[in-house]
Amino acid sequence: MKIIRPQGILIDITRCLGCGQCVEACRTLHGQSPEPEPGARLSASDRTVVDERYSQPVRRMCMHCLDPACASACPVAALRKTAAGPVVYDASRCLGCRYCLQACPFDVPRYEWDQPVPSVVKCDLCADRLAAGGLPACVEACPAEAAQFGPRDELIAEARRRIADDPTSYHPRIYGLEEVGGTSVLFLSPVSFEELGFPTGLPSEPLPDRTAVAIERVPGIVGVGALFLSAVWWITKRREEVARAEGPAEPPRRRRPDPPETTGNEEEHHV
Amino acid sequence: MSERNLRRRFWASFAWLTLGLGLAIVILRFQLGLGAVTNLSDQFPWGLWVGFDVLCGVGLAAGGFTITALVHLFHIRRLEPIVRPAVLTAFLGYVLVIVALVIDLGRPWNLWHPLVMWNPRSVMFEVSWCVMLYTAVLALEASGMLFEHLGWRRALTLQKAFTTPLVVAGVLLSTLHQSSLGAFYLLSPGKLHPLWYSAALPLLFWISSVAAGFAMVLVESRLSGRAFGRELEMPVQRLVGRMLLGALVVLALARGLDLAVRGVLAHVFDGTYEASLLQLEVTLGILLPIVLLSHRRWRARASGLWAAGLLTVFGFVIHRLNVSITGFEASRGATYIPAWTEIVVSLALVTAGFLAFRWVAAHLPVFPPRALARVPDRARRWTR
Repeated sequence: MKIIRPQGILIDITRCLGCGQCVEACRTLHGQSPEPEPGARLSASDRTVVDERYSQPVRRMCMHCLDPACASACPVAALRKTAAGPVVYDASRCLGCRYCLQACPFDVPRYEWDQPVPSVVKCDLCADRLAAGGLPACVEACPAEAAQFGPRDELIAEARRRIADDPTSYHPRIYGLEEVGGTSVLFLSPVSFEELGFPTGLPSEPLPDRTAVAIERVPGIVGVGALFLSAVWWITKRREEVARAEGPAEPPRRRRPDPPETTGNEEEHHV
Repeated sequence: MSERNLRRRFWASFAWLTLGLGLAIVILRFQLGLGAVTNLSDQFPWGLWVGFDVLCGVGLAAGGFTITALVHLFHIRRLEPIVRPAVLTAFLGYVLVIVALVIDLGRPWNLWHPLVMWNPRSVMFEVSWCVMLYTAVLALEASGMLFEHLGWRRALTLQKAFTTPLVVAGVLLSTLHQSSLGAFYLLSPGKLHPLWYSAALPLLFWISSVAAGFAMVLVESRLSGRAFGRELEMPVQRLVGRMLLGALVVLALARGLDLAVRGVLAHVFDGTYEASLLQLEVTLGILLPIVLLSHRRWRARASGLWAAGLLTVFGFVIHRLNVSITGFEASRGATYIPAWTEIVVSLALVTAGFLAFRWVAAHLPVFPPRALARVPDRARRWTR
């Protein structure tokens, strides 16, 4: 899939006031009361939250990976990366295997554990609004321009500019630039990302590369396996036929004779 | 009432009680959602039903492909008497895995979706296809017993004519999905503890499934001895024991080499929670049975083989649970302990497996009479 100028969000934690209007906008859009659930963790009703556990208020949301582990994991392509940037979910395809939750390196997807017909819940970057030419609800709601929407390459240039202009206020790293092959949501921070609870040890290659190695072996295993098994079948069969034709030869020699037969019930007398 | 009768009654009541309770829990699960009867969470989206029912269920059914391959492709005729019990175990095992999936999946009525909605990049997609196809292969392999029982000669002849291609297909499909169960976890670097996370997980899963398959044949032989008063002849059991030994030695080398190459061998002895669990699974499931099986004194005895088989199975189960559950605890910052309701459902599935095997074995020609040794009467417990 060729992705042409995918869109994304740049979240600048140095500008975030922690007011929570992004969360309210997101909840309202999805038909919930504006007040988020206590604890400020992503949940089946909170697709984004402002996490207050650290020195800075930190937005949490789906990172919209460029090559998402969740989408590669999904057996029925209920999750997929769109060319425009969002990673979207189609509940009507979903089996409910939850491999996406298991696979996500950022622990984003949530599940409706208390529903008889459960769905995976996660931010879809307001894909419908984007298609209609609008902005993600959270970006639109932000009063401090802490979230900026645009083509990812422009956001990266903007992030670099901000770091270069004010190196004392910014930690030099753009989070999401390289993590698991890059993400559509990017973060700038005044402190190191480790201090804010972001996973910092992630590889810079997309995670689906790792399962691709296994899947690419399938044709080889089938081909070589079928050949090998057929060869074994033919050779051992031939050997059996030859043995039968030659008649009973000398009895096969055993390298080490096993001790005389015992059944399971005799041992009680020995012990 | 005699002691044997009492014991039989106890086990029968226990089995039916477990099944009834399990069914009630499953009904609740479909009315109230997975959260009502499980301790699953967003941190632990996969629990006992995936870790035990699916991962262990599939692995322990591996005897179906190894034994059919040894007899029909490698022409090791001495193993012929165990083909049918192994195929039956595998078939019932896969049916139970599918039942477990229906219970565990959030939307099981979409189970057929992978047939028409493709994502060839997904390991889960590949596993879905392999499990569906292999269950069909096993059904065809097991159908011979039914045809023989019904006296359908032509169907039986036809079925026998397709044995070789069926067995080849079974080995290939099994190799693919047994290893792919390990490949699931390749997506979780940094989440799965480094003692278990490895690029070699698919290969390690495949080798350990081969060992588990042999081990199950030995365990099953003993259980059949108890249930039907007939178990495998000692030479056959011993041969399986030697094969189990071979598989375990290869597994031990592969596990050791994998830990060494990844530079985490030292962590096996650093006394952490994970290290102790790894030691437990390796000692119990690999080293101890190797010791047992390499002493001819023990290998010659039914009880030694039974112990080696049982230990291998235990170690295998611990390994699968370590990879799927405990290996994730540290990175999750959370623990998962299955709810009693999850345990009852898993128990109910195992019970259903035993009852189904016993029922089929009582009605179909599963055990060819000539290769079985009679077990003295006092060891029989379940006979009707």
